[in-house]
Amino acid sequence: MSSSTDRGRAPTGVLSLWALARPASAVKGLKMVTPGSANPDHASRGRIKGRGGARPGSGRVPRWREAWIEFLLLGAAVSSVVVTLSIMGVLVYESARFFRHVSIIEFLTATEWTPLFDRARFGILPLVSGTLVTSTVALLVAIPAGTIAAVWLSEYAPHRMREFLKPALELLSAVPTVVYGYFALMLVIPLLQKIIPGLPGFNMLGAGLVMGVMIIPYVASLSEDAMRAVPGSLREGAYALGATRAQTAWRVVFPGALSGVTAAYILAFSRALGETMVVTVAAGMQPNLTIDPREPAATITSYIVQVSLGDLPHDSIGYQSIFAAGLTLLLMTLGFNLAGHFLRRRYREVY
Amino acid sequence: MDDLTRQIRRRRRVDLAFAIGGAALVAFSLAVLVVLIGDLIRHGASRLSWEFLSNFPSRKPDQAGIKSAIVGTCLVMLVTAVTAIPMGVAAGMYLEEYAKKNWFTTIIEINIANLAGVPSIVWGLMALGLLVYQVGMGRSVLTAGLTLGLMVLPIVIVATRESARSIPQGIREASYACGATRLQTLRYHVMPYSMSGVLTGSIIALSRAIGETAPLITIGALTYIAFLPPSPLKGEPPFVSLEWLTSEFTVLPIQMFNWVSRPDARFHANAAAVGLVLLAVTVTMNALAITLRYRLRRRYAW
Repeated sequence: MSSSTDRGRAPTGVLSLWALARPASAVKGLKMVTPGSANPDHASRGRIKGRGGARPGSGRVPRWREAWIEFLLLGAAVSSVVVTLSIMGVLVYESARFFRHVSIIEFLTATEWTPLFDRARFGILPLVSGTLVTSTVALLVAIPAGTIAAVWLSEYAPHRMREFLKPALELLSAVPTVVYGYFALMLVIPLLQKIIPGLPGFNMLGAGLVMGVMIIPYVASLSEDAMRAVPGSLREGAYALGATRAQTAWRVVFPGALSGVTAAYILAFSRALGETMVVTVAAGMQPNLTIDPREPAATITSYIVQVSLGDLPHDSIGYQSIFAAGLTLLLMTLGFNLAGHFLRRRYREVY
Repeated sequence: MDDLTRQIRRRRRVDLAFAIGGAALVAFSLAVLVVLIGDLIRHGASRLSWEFLSNFPSRKPDQAGIKSAIVGTCLVMLVTAVTAIPMGVAAGMYLEEYAKKNWFTTIIEINIANLAGVPSIVWGLMALGLLVYQVGMGRSVLTAGLTLGLMVLPIVIVATRESARSIPQGIREASYACGATRLQTLRYHVMPYSMSGVLTGSIIALSRAIGETAPLITIGALTYIAFLPPSPLKGEPPFVSLEWLTSEFTVLPIQMFNWVSRPDARFHANAAAVGLVLLAVTVTMNALAITLRYRLRRRYAW
């Protein structure tokens, strides 16, 4: 149990940067600290190394410059809000123009999506079904594999091995998605066609499987962070009662980290929903209202790519339709993300 | 008693099975990476040559190359880095060192967390609707770089905050005790110590931006570009030109996508070759970031 001291450490994984679930409660602004908590050892160590010591003669900083820099930094922080507003603004503005031609009811309930036909129909359901089916296939791969990998990394792997394996696993998520698309189309689907006769050259199954492999490290890394946040004393209690590692992992650590692990699943799902290149390359681009993963289908994202590749005039309804589709996607992922962040926030406060 | 021994033995077996299964699963995930690289090498290595890197794309698969894509990727990344890194560091430092904990700060934080979850293609739609048509920047290097820069901004912000947060409070207090102002503390203490984290985050952010395809397709990046943007360096004063910012462009992942989606199998070999180049770049960047993080974490053991 030598590693029990670092259990509570903040997650340092590369993926945790991307996941960005940082509860506001963890923010430490500059606080006035009682004298007892100041640690002279730290300060002196910084000095001895000769780094970061205040330079002699750097002189006084004028008040106005202090304020000016603070204002500048504030501006950078606020600009992120401006970016969000402009994303929402653009999507809503263009979608509003779209909904002038197509009623919202038709958009949400019609079962055909044929925007480029003469008699264009705009029912988002086929695109939503494609998106959900590919994401579900991906999760059926990523959740079991990612969870087991996380449990193994957190409870079984020796410390040194974990330090090496976790970054190595994260390299999987460094591979550009278009390369995964190539992988799905050229390697995985031909392989699947040997197993399942009559499988078309483009299908949701192959795309979903590859997408699943793609998000394994994401699930594993976030779940492992959550499991490591479970206090070591709980594990020690279980071991003291004679439990094996498997029992400790599944009956003590996993339930203890459940909300964090669930958050990892939800965030992974929202990532799968928004994934573009794998499904564009390998799932075919035919809108298809089906839940059979063996069939080809278009997703919301691949439809947007398809339209962007063509040269639609700026004011056409086809052009506006990608914004309506994008808004649908954004609302779907936003819902999942909020749920995920809420859960992560909760699990942090448990211990 | 016999019953108990049997049960214990069974539990030990389950435990062992799990230890082996978990290791096998992690090994499988890494094997996928190896197979992926192996497949790219098998199909694409023969195409990798100096001609491939220095030719423009072509209708003839054997003569096609990725010169314009390489130059395009470099230029777009330049804009991305110039956008994302200063803004991200500034925002991160503000939130960590200056911001008071109030509703306003909370809004910014929630907002940044949500920005990180926005699908990349939606960033492309934002750029298309706002930058391309409303602002009128066109389908240019500038639009692409800005889009990717804003997209990876949350990564830089979070990296900055994490590394600033890991600096012990005592350092700051010591600085204040010597009479330093907030700005001086930030400039001479917090910034130097958090540089490693910022660097790691920036490399990861850029490696993500390099592999990104979808938002650039949405903006309308061309897939067939047989010219280079105007050079940023000029022979006569002022020696630097910004003309390239408004030029049309293509980048490596888009070139790969274009070749993958063609039916002709000879183009697929080209796609594999671009994939190798892309993978080499992103994996190197990530490995660099990981090593950096590991080594620097050891250097400052608080």
